[in-house]
Amino acid sequence: MRTEVRLSGRGGQGLILAGIVLAEACGVYEEKEVVQTQSYGPEARGGASRSEVVISDQQIRYPRAYDPDILVALSQPAFDRFAPQVKKKGLIFADSFYVHTDRKDVILMPFSETAREELGREVVTNVLMLGVLSAATGIVKLDSLKKAIKHRVRRAFVELNLQALDVGFKLGQEEWRKRSS
Amino acid sequence: MRRLVSGNEACAEAALRAGIRFFGGYPITPSTEIAELMAEELPRVGGVFIQMEDEIASIMAIIGASAAGVPSMTATSGPGFSLMQEGIGYAAMTEVAVVVVNVMRGGPATGLPTKGSQADFQQARWGTHGDHPVVALTPRGVQECFTLTLRAVEISQRLRVPVILLMDEFIGHMREIVSFPEKVEVYHRQKPRVAPSEYIHYAPDNNYNAPYASFGEGYAIHFSGLNHRSDGFPINDAPTIRWNNERLRAKIEDNLAYLEDNYVDDDPDADTLIVAFGSAARSAYEAKLLTDKPIAYIRALTVWPFPDATVRRLAKGRKRVVVPEMNEGQLAREVERCIGTDTELVSVTRNDGSMLTPKEVLEALR
Repeated sequence: MRTEVRLSGRGGQGLILAGIVLAEACGVYEEKEVVQTQSYGPEARGGASRSEVVISDQQIRYPRAYDPDILVALSQPAFDRFAPQVKKKGLIFADSFYVHTDRKDVILMPFSETAREELGREVVTNVLMLGVLSAATGIVKLDSLKKAIKHRVRRAFVELNLQALDVGFKLGQEEWRKRSS
Repeated sequence: MRRLVSGNEACAEAALRAGIRFFGGYPITPSTEIAELMAEELPRVGGVFIQMEDEIASIMAIIGASAAGVPSMTATSGPGFSLMQEGIGYAAMTEVAVVVVNVMRGGPATGLPTKGSQADFQQARWGTHGDHPVVALTPRGVQECFTLTLRAVEISQRLRVPVILLMDEFIGHMREIVSFPEKVEVYHRQKPRVAPSEYIHYAPDNNYNAPYASFGEGYAIHFSGLNHRSDGFPINDAPTIRWNNERLRAKIEDNLAYLEDNYVDDDPDADTLIVAFGSAARSAYEAKLLTDKPIAYIRALTVWPFPDATVRRLAKGRKRVVVPEMNEGQLAREVERCIGTDTELVSVTRNDGSMLTPKEVLEALR
């Protein structure tokens, strides 16, 4: 089975790192086939940025998402552009602070707000979001993400990111409990 | 060991494992990670990294280092590759082993720094002035960035030629799960077995695995981009010019069996053949899997010299050949040259910085 994940937003929101952590968690620690790609403009911050992870149990030929199963949008332009491309019955997660929409099927989550309020740093929104994805979609185990963070994040920031991951995981669990009850 | 590695990282790692000990370069997106890694790692293994003032200086620096006996490499992208052309021709003429990595981005001019293309395919062949054969290899993924970098270094050393590794942004910045071998075999250039007084730098049989001297080893070497005799001194007479040009040509033509490298997936029931290379081949193969029709498929890993005979053999008797690529149809020209007029050529191109989708190829297969 092929699962396509697209993480989108602005440059500087850490989407490429999030894609790498997700890909490493699935590919190295869960031994699935993965390909991680990215697309960004020439500017270091502020432009459109996205990272894609294709996860499969078979060899992956085409490396990009062409029929995304899961979209995360952390900015309005990213949401407007990519939400219509998600496959039917796909999941769309959007940041409740940066994205406004009337669509009822979109899962609005306080990614950036929680990062600011509970961890005091918006910069960990990306990893918090991965925690939510793990709890809400089951595409990756929490433990695998922890291992990938330890390997991929600079040592001084590992602790903060692991906290963000846990906070995100709990947020995802609560949201899912609400939805299934 | 399973690892998540990008194409650029795989290229740098393979270069170090293949014995590259000098890198002269000028960083340019999307190849910069190769230079970054070489800058970090080369000093640790006793090598040298120099960031030169531009790409012209970079190619000349690696030619100098290689002539002095140190396996050398540079990495660049479109605009830098254009600047390096004169140097690549110089390396071909002076018969110096160098590896030039071109991580292709969108053009023309400064074009699309952060987006990919396959638009330098013909430039790799015809970018230099004069007329000489070249060797160019194209990986389709991260694992092949590793294996083809090893092979590029080996070919360059065995044949004393510049070898071009045509990567692209899609692959350079793509991360995949790979598992690199613990041990790799490295070919070391042979030292001359004759006394300096008897040494001829451009000996007639100086071909595959031939011994040749480096600067500083006590052998007299005359080095010139001018057409030269076997001792390297410039000449102007037609027979010697023919002799020298023939040497350059023979180095490639006599070694076609060694150089040719294709992935072939033939199907006797197929009336359609796909010819592709590099990242476009991934979209093509995905399309082949999506259709229920039998499709024959060839992916060239060595694109120059072009696998004329293999394409001709596989195209023979087929109704059509589909050629997907990310430029304005450069590979299609080459394929058209090889196939007969009874076979239809279907060119599928995309040249907007985005990857060709399987759907676009699929439409051509209907």
